[in-house]
Amino acid sequence: MSRQRTRAWIVGIIAIIVSAVVFLVPFAFVLLQAAKTPAEASNLAFSWPTHWQFLQNFWDTLTSNDGVIWRAIINSAVLTITSVTLMVILSAMAGYVLSRKRSKWNPVVNFFVLAGLIVPPAVVPTIWVLQDLQLFGTLPGMILVEATFGLSFCILLFRAFVGNIPRELDEAAVLDGAGPVRLFLQVVLPLLRPVIVTVIVVQAVFVFNDFAGPLYFLPGDQNVTVQLALYTFSGQNLSFYNLLFMAIFLITIPPLIAYIFFNRQIVAGITSGAVKG
Amino acid sequence: MSTAGTTAAIQAADIITEAHPPTKRRFIKSFYPTWFFIPAVALYVVFFALPTFSSFYFSLTRWSLFDSTFIGFENYAQFFSDPQLYTSFIHTLIYAVITSGAKVIIGFFLALLLTSPIVGRGYLRAVIFFPVLISTIGVGIMFKSLLDPFHGMVNAVLGFFGLPQPGWFTDPNLALYSIAGVDIWKGVGIATLIFMAGIVAIPAEYFEAARIDGAGGWKILRQITVPLTRGATATVIILSLIGGLRSFDIIWVTTGGGPGFTSDVLASVIYKQYQAGFFGLSTAGNVVLFLLVTVIMVPLSAFLNRKQVEL
Repeated sequence: MSRQRTRAWIVGIIAIIVSAVVFLVPFAFVLLQAAKTPAEASNLAFSWPTHWQFLQNFWDTLTSNDGVIWRAIINSAVLTITSVTLMVILSAMAGYVLSRKRSKWNPVVNFFVLAGLIVPPAVVPTIWVLQDLQLFGTLPGMILVEATFGLSFCILLFRAFVGNIPRELDEAAVLDGAGPVRLFLQVVLPLLRPVIVTVIVVQAVFVFNDFAGPLYFLPGDQNVTVQLALYTFSGQNLSFYNLLFMAIFLITIPPLIAYIFFNRQIVAGITSGAVKG
Repeated sequence: MSTAGTTAAIQAADIITEAHPPTKRRFIKSFYPTWFFIPAVALYVVFFALPTFSSFYFSLTRWSLFDSTFIGFENYAQFFSDPQLYTSFIHTLIYAVITSGAKVIIGFFLALLLTSPIVGRGYLRAVIFFPVLISTIGVGIMFKSLLDPFHGMVNAVLGFFGLPQPGWFTDPNLALYSIAGVDIWKGVGIATLIFMAGIVAIPAEYFEAARIDGAGGWKILRQITVPLTRGATATVIILSLIGGLRSFDIIWVTTGGGPGFTSDVLASVIYKQYQAGFFGLSTAGNVVLFLLVTVIMVPLSAFLNRKQVEL
């Protein structure tokens, strides 16, 4: 017993040291860089800042380039919130009916859901469609595209979860006089809460971190999102590494908050297919 | 069991339809309205299916978004004859296989470690998983600085020990593999989590029984853990291979496909041709990527999902 305990300690401590070098040092590097003066930060050395100016860099980053980062944060927030809301509502409806209704069309629907998960989006034709709808380069267009790209993942999660809700509940509600819409809104939807939280958190992190989407479908300074702003920033301000790393730090905060508060839901979303395959 | 449920549902429907005028019959007969699909289907068709299907036609044209001229397979011919373009095809395969293979192996052993009784498991799980959630662009910029050939911290440490200091992202022979390394660093947390879920799902009695029968650690790993986490392995392979084949962000932010075209993959070529205004050629690249993903994933997932564990 005590031998096992020593082993637990030794292996654990080795793992902690290795993980600190591999994972924590890069993050520490970002934080230290973000606190340095421009001259010191451009050395790219892993060193303690001789002069701390964390708060000033924080402020400078938000206000640099006419506050492009600030505008990007607002755009990304709007994009993330609306597209995730849309995707949750639409895929909850679709996943619910897909799980409940026996239809000869179900295999076809399942095929297209899986295809949506695997097939890489055809980017230029999507731009063509957006342009025809006068939505190219607009936030509403980007919202619809992000919502579409997330549908498959969400439908699969909702379908699996609805499958575990006993049908007897539906029957009871119908006997009590509920129509289809009320059955869904007042009986099923409240029971979906855990999976809704999972879907919201996972997809919000995904949309917030998306780079290729806005790069193709949302060009232009006015609609810039955080990932695009960070990318542009990294090309322009080579003499302001401190602000660049402060921007990285700022952009890491929302996922960090999501992780701290919704760790369990994120893990559930990612491992949902793990055991069943 | 489910037939009983359906019968009850039909009976319930009958009871209610009787209480209502017959005109409402069809509406009430279905508690699960098909129109619930309509909004999702509409988005899917307009922004996903239509672009995907039309990409087959537009890849055969010279295209300016406003008008297109049919030119047959010229774009494909150009794609597979221009070394700058077809090498991206090979790079995509190399990149996907390396990242996927490494994520499976490293993820599996990390999961073994994190499901064994060691101290600091919660912390370890948190740090291994956190990079999954942060921005790829941020990670790319971070590693570009850490792996800078002249000032970067990694080369400073290597130099301190008298080891060679490679140009991670600037050496044409190394760039693609360096990016793959960063991708593994960022993505291994997902593989680890999925494997952990798979390992935890194995009933503890199996391990106990094997131990009583005198099986050692290695034998338990080979005979119990590996075969019984097959579902998790299949998931990790499928997810990481799809991700690897479609990879763009991390490559674009670290090297932009360079130096030269040595780290160009299909996704970066698609973007470059789009930027250059060759929309038809870009779409042809998109179709090539589509076919590559389909040709690899369909048989592979059929194979991985068929091979069930026999006990």
